[in-house]
Amino acid sequence: MTTGVLWGTVVLASLACLALKIAGHLVPEHWLADPRVARLSSLVTVALLASLVVTQTVGDGQGLTVDARLPALAVAAVALALRAPFVLVVVLAAATAAGLRALGWG
Amino acid sequence: MRRGLGLWCSGRMTRTTPSPAVRAATRQGVSVAVATGLYGVSFGALSVAAGIGVLPTMVLSLLMFSGGSQFALVGVVAAGGSPLAAVATSALLGARNTLYGTVVSPLLGARGPLRLAAAHVTIDESTAVGVAQPDRQAARVGFWTTGIGVFVLWNLFTLAGALAGDALGDPRRWGLDAAAAAAFLGLVWPRLAPRTAQVAAAVAVVVSAALIPVVPPGVPVLAAAASAIVVGLWAGRRAGPGEATRVRQVLTREGEA
Repeated sequence: MTTGVLWGTVVLASLACLALKIAGHLVPEHWLADPRVARLSSLVTVALLASLVVTQTVGDGQGLTVDARLPALAVAAVALALRAPFVLVVVLAAATAAGLRALGWG
Repeated sequence: MRRGLGLWCSGRMTRTTPSPAVRAATRQGVSVAVATGLYGVSFGALSVAAGIGVLPTMVLSLLMFSGGSQFALVGVVAAGGSPLAAVATSALLGARNTLYGTVVSPLLGARGPLRLAAAHVTIDESTAVGVAQPDRQAARVGFWTTGIGVFVLWNLFTLAGALAGDALGDPRRWGLDAAAAAAFLGLVWPRLAPRTAQVAAAVAVVVSAALIPVVPPGVPVLAAAASAIVVGLWAGRRAGPGEATRVRQVLTREGEA
Protein backbone atom coordinates (compact mmCIF):
# COMPACT_ATOMS: atom_id res chain seq x y z
CA MET A 1 0.00 0.00 0.00
CA THR A 2 1.22 3.51 -0.79
CA THR A 3 1.13 6.09 2.00
CA GLY A 4 -1.94 7.75 0.46
CA VAL A 5 -3.89 4.50 0.17
CA LEU A 6 -2.85 3.54 3.70
CA TRP A 7 -4.08 6.86 5.10
CA GLY A 8 -7.33 6.50 3.14
CA THR A 9 -7.82 3.01 4.53
CA VAL A 10 -7.10 4.11 8.11
CA VAL A 11 -9.40 7.15 7.97
CA LEU A 12 -12.24 5.41 6.13
CA ALA A 13 -12.21 2.38 8.44
CA SER A 14 -12.05 4.63 11.52
CA LEU A 15 -15.00 6.73 10.35
CA ALA A 16 -16.95 3.56 9.54
CA CYS A 17 -16.35 2.22 13.07
CA LEU A 18 -17.28 5.57 14.64
CA ALA A 19 -20.46 5.77 12.52
CA LEU A 20 -21.42 2.27 13.67
CA LYS A 21 -21.03 3.35 17.32
CA ILE A 22 -23.10 6.52 16.79
CA ALA A 23 -25.80 4.54 14.98
CA GLY A 24 -26.22 2.37 18.07
CA HIS A 25 -26.94 5.44 20.21
CA LEU A 26 -29.39 6.91 17.69
CA VAL A 27 -31.55 4.00 16.55
CA PRO A 28 -34.59 3.14 18.66
CA GLU A 29 -33.64 0.30 21.00
CA HIS A 30 -36.29 -2.11 19.76
CA TRP A 31 -34.79 -2.18 16.25
CA LEU A 32 -31.89 -4.28 17.47
CA ALA A 33 -33.47 -5.74 20.60
CA ASP A 34 -34.24 -8.99 18.76
CA PRO A 35 -32.12 -11.67 20.51
CA ARG A 36 -31.35 -13.19 17.10
CA VAL A 37 -29.51 -10.00 16.10
CA ALA A 38 -27.47 -10.09 19.31
CA ARG A 39 -26.62 -13.76 18.80
CA LEU A 40 -25.60 -13.39 15.14
CA SER A 41 -23.50 -10.32 15.97
CA SER A 42 -21.61 -12.16 18.71
CA LEU A 43 -21.05 -15.20 16.46
CA VAL A 44 -19.71 -13.02 13.64
CA THR A 45 -17.30 -11.43 16.13
CA VAL A 46 -16.09 -14.86 17.28
CA ALA A 47 -15.65 -16.08 13.68
CA LEU A 48 -13.73 -12.96 12.61
CA LEU A 49 -11.35 -13.25 15.57
CA ALA A 50 -10.89 -17.02 15.09
CA SER A 51 -10.15 -16.45 11.42
CA LEU A 52 -7.61 -13.75 12.29
CA VAL A 53 -5.89 -16.20 14.67
CA VAL A 54 -5.48 -18.65 11.76
CA THR A 55 -4.32 -15.94 9.33
CA GLN A 56 -1.78 -14.59 11.79
CA THR A 57 -0.50 -18.02 12.87
CA VAL A 58 -0.10 -20.00 9.63
CA GLY A 59 -0.83 -17.44 6.92
CA ASP A 60 2.07 -16.39 4.69
CA GLY A 61 0.76 -14.08 1.99
CA GLN A 62 -1.34 -16.44 -0.13
CA GLY A 63 -0.09 -19.69 1.41
CA LEU A 64 0.10 -21.69 4.63
CA THR A 65 3.36 -22.08 6.60
CA VAL A 66 4.24 -23.78 9.86
CA ASP A 67 6.91 -21.79 11.69
CA ALA A 68 7.73 -20.42 15.16
CA ARG A 69 4.30 -18.77 15.36
CA LEU A 70 2.48 -22.10 15.88
CA PRO A 71 4.34 -23.16 19.08
CA ALA A 72 4.04 -19.53 20.23
CA LEU A 73 0.27 -19.73 19.83
CA ALA A 74 0.23 -23.00 21.80
CA VAL A 75 2.07 -21.25 24.64
CA ALA A 76 -0.48 -18.41 24.47
CA ALA A 77 -3.36 -20.92 24.67
CA VAL A 78 -1.82 -22.55 27.77
CA ALA A 79 -1.34 -19.11 29.36
CA LEU A 80 -4.98 -18.21 28.62
CA ALA A 81 -6.18 -21.52 30.06
CA LEU A 82 -4.21 -20.64 33.23
CA ARG A 83 -6.01 -17.26 33.28
CA ALA A 84 -2.88 -15.20 32.61
CA PRO A 85 -3.55 -11.51 31.91
CA PHE A 86 -3.73 -10.41 28.25
CA VAL A 87 -0.40 -8.58 28.23
CA LEU A 88 1.44 -11.60 29.67
CA VAL A 89 -0.16 -13.88 27.04
CA VAL A 90 1.04 -11.63 24.23
CA VAL A 91 4.54 -11.26 25.72
CA LEU A 92 4.92 -15.03 26.27
CA ALA A 93 3.92 -15.71 22.65
CA ALA A 94 6.39 -13.14 21.33
CA ALA A 95 9.15 -14.49 23.58
CA THR A 96 8.51 -18.07 22.42
CA ALA A 97 8.69 -17.14 18.73
CA ALA A 98 11.71 -14.87 19.25
CA GLY A 99 13.47 -17.59 21.28
CA LEU A 100 12.85 -20.30 18.67
CA ARG A 101 14.10 -18.02 15.91
CA ALA A 102 17.20 -17.11 17.91
CA LEU A 103 17.86 -20.89 18.08
CA GLY A 104 17.58 -20.99 14.29
CA TRP A 105 14.09 -22.48 13.81
CA GLY A 106 11.06 -20.95 12.11
CA MET B 1 -12.47 13.42 39.38
CA ARG B 2 -15.38 12.01 41.35
CA ARG B 3 -17.27 15.28 41.25
CA GLY B 4 -16.70 15.51 37.48
CA LEU B 5 -18.00 12.02 37.02
CA GLY B 6 -21.05 12.75 39.10
CA LEU B 7 -21.79 15.73 36.87
CA TRP B 8 -21.39 13.64 33.73
CA CYS B 9 -23.27 10.70 34.95
CA SER B 10 -26.32 12.22 36.53
CA GLY B 11 -26.57 15.52 34.70
CA ARG B 12 -26.43 17.36 38.03
CA MET B 13 -23.83 17.99 40.71
CA THR B 14 -23.96 15.23 43.29
CA ARG B 15 -22.95 16.41 46.76
CA THR B 16 -23.87 13.30 48.66
CA THR B 17 -21.38 10.54 49.38
CA PRO B 18 -21.36 8.01 46.51
CA SER B 19 -23.28 4.84 47.26
CA PRO B 20 -21.36 1.57 47.77
CA ALA B 21 -22.61 0.47 44.33
CA VAL B 22 -21.19 3.62 42.70
CA ARG B 23 -17.85 3.18 44.48
CA ALA B 24 -17.72 -0.46 43.37
CA ALA B 25 -18.48 0.59 39.78
CA THR B 26 -15.66 3.16 39.92
CA ARG B 27 -13.19 0.56 41.20
CA GLN B 28 -14.21 -1.92 38.50
CA GLY B 29 -13.93 0.73 35.82
CA VAL B 30 -10.44 1.77 36.90
CA SER B 31 -9.10 -1.79 37.09
CA VAL B 32 -10.57 -2.72 33.70
CA ALA B 33 -9.17 0.50 32.21
CA VAL B 34 -5.66 -0.21 33.48
CA ALA B 35 -5.70 -3.85 32.31
CA THR B 36 -7.09 -2.96 28.87
CA GLY B 37 -5.04 0.20 28.41
CA LEU B 38 -1.80 -1.71 28.98
CA TYR B 39 -2.20 -3.87 25.91
CA GLY B 40 -2.30 -0.73 23.80
CA VAL B 41 1.48 -1.30 23.88
CA SER B 42 1.10 -4.47 21.82
CA PHE B 43 -1.23 -2.73 19.38
CA GLY B 44 1.15 0.19 18.87
CA ALA B 45 4.15 -2.09 18.32
CA LEU B 46 2.27 -4.43 15.94
CA SER B 47 0.79 -1.60 13.91
CA VAL B 48 4.17 0.02 13.34
CA ALA B 49 5.66 -3.42 12.55
CA ALA B 50 2.94 -3.87 9.88
CA GLY B 51 4.24 -0.76 8.12
CA ILE B 52 1.57 1.60 9.45
CA GLY B 53 3.40 4.72 10.62
CA VAL B 54 3.25 6.16 14.13
CA LEU B 55 0.78 8.88 13.09
CA PRO B 56 -1.80 6.63 11.33
CA THR B 57 -1.42 4.21 14.25
CA MET B 58 -2.42 7.01 16.63
CA VAL B 59 -5.36 7.93 14.38
CA LEU B 60 -6.58 4.34 14.72
CA SER B 61 -6.42 4.45 18.52
CA LEU B 62 -7.92 7.95 18.77
CA LEU B 63 -10.62 7.78 16.09
CA MET B 64 -11.40 4.09 15.52
CA PHE B 65 -10.88 3.24 19.23
CA SER B 66 -12.02 -0.37 19.18
CA GLY B 67 -9.31 -2.95 19.91
CA GLY B 68 -10.63 -5.81 17.78
CA SER B 69 -11.19 -3.60 14.74
CA GLN B 70 -7.77 -1.97 15.13
CA PHE B 71 -5.92 -5.30 15.39
CA ALA B 72 -7.96 -6.60 12.43
CA LEU B 73 -7.10 -3.68 10.18
CA VAL B 74 -3.42 -4.06 11.03
CA GLY B 75 -3.62 -7.84 10.44
CA VAL B 76 -5.17 -7.45 6.98
CA VAL B 77 -2.69 -4.72 6.00
CA ALA B 78 0.24 -6.82 7.27
CA ALA B 79 -0.97 -9.83 5.23
CA GLY B 80 -1.04 -7.68 2.09
CA GLY B 81 -4.84 -7.49 1.88
CA SER B 82 -6.67 -4.88 -0.19
CA PRO B 83 -7.85 -1.59 1.37
CA LEU B 84 -11.44 -2.75 0.85
CA ALA B 85 -10.83 -5.98 2.78
CA ALA B 86 -9.14 -4.01 5.58
CA VAL B 87 -12.05 -1.54 5.87
CA ALA B 88 -14.69 -4.30 5.63
CA THR B 89 -13.03 -6.51 8.26
CA SER B 90 -12.59 -3.74 10.81
CA ALA B 91 -16.12 -2.42 10.20
CA LEU B 92 -17.63 -5.91 10.61
CA LEU B 93 -15.80 -6.34 13.91
CA GLY B 94 -16.95 -2.85 14.94
CA ALA B 95 -20.60 -3.69 14.21
CA ARG B 96 -21.02 -5.18 17.68
CA ASN B 97 -20.49 -1.68 19.09
CA THR B 98 -23.76 -0.67 17.37
CA LEU B 99 -25.51 -3.30 19.44
CA TYR B 100 -23.76 -2.11 22.61
CA GLY B 101 -24.92 1.44 21.83
CA THR B 102 -28.57 0.40 21.77
CA VAL B 103 -28.01 -1.29 25.14
CA VAL B 104 -26.17 1.50 27.01
CA SER B 105 -27.88 4.52 25.43
CA PRO B 106 -31.11 4.18 27.50
CA LEU B 107 -29.04 3.69 30.67
CA LEU B 108 -26.92 6.81 30.08
CA GLY B 109 -29.59 9.24 28.93
CA ALA B 110 -26.86 11.47 27.42
CA ARG B 111 -27.79 14.31 25.04
CA GLY B 112 -25.92 16.42 22.48
CA PRO B 113 -22.10 16.35 22.48
CA LEU B 114 -22.15 14.11 25.54
CA ARG B 115 -24.05 11.55 23.50
CA LEU B 116 -21.35 11.67 20.82
CA ALA B 117 -18.70 11.15 23.51
CA ALA B 118 -20.70 8.26 24.93
CA ALA B 119 -20.91 6.69 21.46
CA HIS B 120 -17.16 7.05 20.95
CA VAL B 121 -16.30 5.25 24.20
CA THR B 122 -18.91 2.51 23.63
CA ILE B 123 -16.69 -0.59 23.48
CA ASP B 124 -16.65 -4.13 24.93
CA GLU B 125 -15.22 -3.04 28.29
CA SER B 126 -17.33 0.07 29.02
CA THR B 127 -20.51 -1.78 28.03
CA ALA B 128 -19.64 -4.83 30.12
CA VAL B 129 -18.89 -2.79 33.25
CA GLY B 130 -21.91 -0.50 32.75
CA VAL B 131 -24.44 -3.28 32.17
CA ALA B 132 -23.09 -5.33 35.11
CA GLN B 133 -24.07 -2.68 37.72
CA PRO B 134 -27.03 -3.08 40.09
CA ASP B 135 -28.59 0.37 39.52
CA ARG B 136 -28.69 3.13 36.90
CA GLN B 137 -26.38 5.58 38.71
CA ALA B 138 -23.73 2.90 39.19
CA ALA B 139 -24.19 1.83 35.55
CA ARG B 140 -23.45 5.38 34.38
CA VAL B 141 -20.40 5.76 36.61
CA GLY B 142 -19.14 2.32 35.57
CA PHE B 143 -19.61 3.06 31.87
CA TRP B 144 -17.96 6.48 31.92
CA THR B 145 -15.08 5.53 34.23
CA THR B 146 -14.25 2.52 32.06
CA GLY B 147 -14.79 4.28 28.73
CA ILE B 148 -12.75 7.39 29.53
CA GLY B 149 -10.12 5.41 31.44
CA VAL B 150 -9.57 2.96 28.59
CA PHE B 151 -9.53 5.79 26.02
CA VAL B 152 -6.80 7.73 27.83
CA LEU B 153 -4.61 4.74 28.74
CA TRP B 154 -5.13 2.89 25.43
CA ASN B 155 -3.90 5.95 23.53
CA LEU B 156 -0.95 6.61 25.85
CA PHE B 157 0.19 2.99 25.65
CA THR B 158 -0.40 2.84 21.88
CA LEU B 159 2.00 5.77 21.52
CA ALA B 160 4.54 4.05 23.78
CA GLY B 161 4.26 0.82 21.78
CA ALA B 162 4.45 2.59 18.42
CA LEU B 163 7.59 4.51 19.40
CA ALA B 164 9.20 1.37 20.86
CA GLY B 165 8.17 -0.72 17.83
CA ASP B 166 9.66 1.88 15.51
CA ALA B 167 13.05 1.40 17.20
CA LEU B 168 12.96 -2.43 17.18
CA GLY B 169 13.67 -3.19 13.50
CA ASP B 170 12.62 -6.58 12.04
CA PRO B 171 9.37 -7.48 13.88
CA ARG B 172 9.82 -11.24 13.26
CA ARG B 173 13.07 -11.26 15.23
CA TRP B 174 11.10 -10.12 18.30
CA GLY B 175 8.23 -12.51 17.66
CA LEU B 176 5.80 -9.65 17.04
CA ASP B 177 3.99 -11.66 14.33
CA ALA B 178 3.29 -14.37 16.92
CA ALA B 179 2.23 -11.66 19.38
CA ALA B 180 -0.48 -10.61 16.89
CA ALA B 181 -1.79 -14.18 16.69
CA ALA B 182 -1.79 -14.39 20.50
CA ALA B 183 -3.62 -11.05 20.72
CA PHE B 184 -6.46 -12.37 18.54
CA LEU B 185 -6.56 -15.58 20.56
CA GLY B 186 -6.79 -13.52 23.75
CA LEU B 187 -9.65 -11.47 22.28
CA VAL B 188 -11.67 -14.51 21.18
CA TRP B 189 -10.95 -16.68 24.27
CA PRO B 190 -13.52 -15.16 26.68
CA ARG B 191 -16.21 -15.40 23.97
CA LEU B 192 -15.87 -19.15 23.51
CA ALA B 193 -17.98 -20.33 26.46
CA PRO B 194 -21.27 -20.96 24.56
CA ARG B 195 -21.34 -24.16 22.48
CA THR B 196 -22.59 -22.23 19.41
CA ALA B 197 -19.58 -19.91 19.66
CA GLN B 198 -17.25 -22.92 19.71
CA VAL B 199 -18.92 -24.28 16.57
CA ALA B 200 -18.70 -20.88 14.85
CA ALA B 201 -15.00 -20.61 15.78
CA ALA B 202 -14.23 -24.14 14.54
CA VAL B 203 -16.02 -23.52 11.24
CA ALA B 204 -14.21 -20.18 10.87
CA VAL B 205 -10.83 -21.90 11.42
CA VAL B 206 -11.56 -24.54 8.75
CA VAL B 207 -12.98 -22.01 6.26
CA SER B 208 -10.00 -19.68 6.71
CA ALA B 209 -7.34 -22.38 6.43
CA ALA B 210 -9.03 -23.79 3.31
CA LEU B 211 -9.37 -20.39 1.63
CA ILE B 212 -6.01 -18.75 2.44
CA PRO B 213 -4.15 -20.54 -0.42
CA VAL B 214 -6.81 -19.82 -3.06
CA VAL B 215 -8.20 -16.31 -2.49
CA PRO B 216 -6.57 -12.87 -1.95
CA PRO B 217 -5.53 -11.88 1.63
CA GLY B 218 -8.40 -10.48 3.69
CA VAL B 219 -11.09 -12.49 1.90
CA PRO B 220 -10.80 -15.62 4.15
CA VAL B 221 -11.65 -13.46 7.19
CA LEU B 222 -14.77 -12.11 5.49
CA ALA B 223 -15.78 -15.63 4.39
CA ALA B 224 -15.41 -16.75 8.02
CA ALA B 225 -17.79 -13.96 9.08
CA ALA B 226 -20.33 -15.18 6.53
CA SER B 227 -19.95 -18.75 7.79
CA ALA B 228 -20.84 -17.56 11.32
CA ILE B 229 -24.18 -16.25 10.06
CA VAL B 230 -24.89 -19.69 8.60
CA VAL B 231 -23.94 -21.30 11.93
CA GLY B 232 -26.14 -18.81 13.81
CA LEU B 233 -29.19 -19.45 11.64
CA TRP B 234 -28.60 -23.20 11.92
CA ALA B 235 -28.29 -23.04 15.72
CA GLY B 236 -31.70 -21.36 15.87
CA ARG B 237 -33.12 -20.69 19.29
CA ARG B 238 -30.85 -22.89 21.36
CA ALA B 239 -28.43 -20.14 22.48
CA GLY B 240 -28.70 -18.31 25.81
CA PRO B 241 -29.91 -14.76 26.45
CA GLY B 242 -28.31 -11.99 24.38
CA GLU B 243 -27.34 -8.42 25.26
CA ALA B 244 -30.91 -7.21 24.84
CA THR B 245 -32.13 -9.57 27.55
CA ARG B 246 -29.34 -8.54 29.91
CA VAL B 247 -30.16 -4.84 29.65
CA ARG B 248 -33.81 -5.59 30.25
CA GLN B 249 -32.72 -7.33 33.47
CA VAL B 250 -30.75 -4.23 34.52
CA LEU B 251 -33.68 -1.94 33.80
CA THR B 252 -36.03 -4.24 35.68
CA ARG B 253 -33.77 -4.19 38.75
CA GLU B 254 -33.70 -0.38 38.46
CA GLY B 255 -37.50 -0.32 38.49
CA GLU B 256 -37.62 -2.51 41.59
CA ALA B 257 -35.07 -0.44 43.56
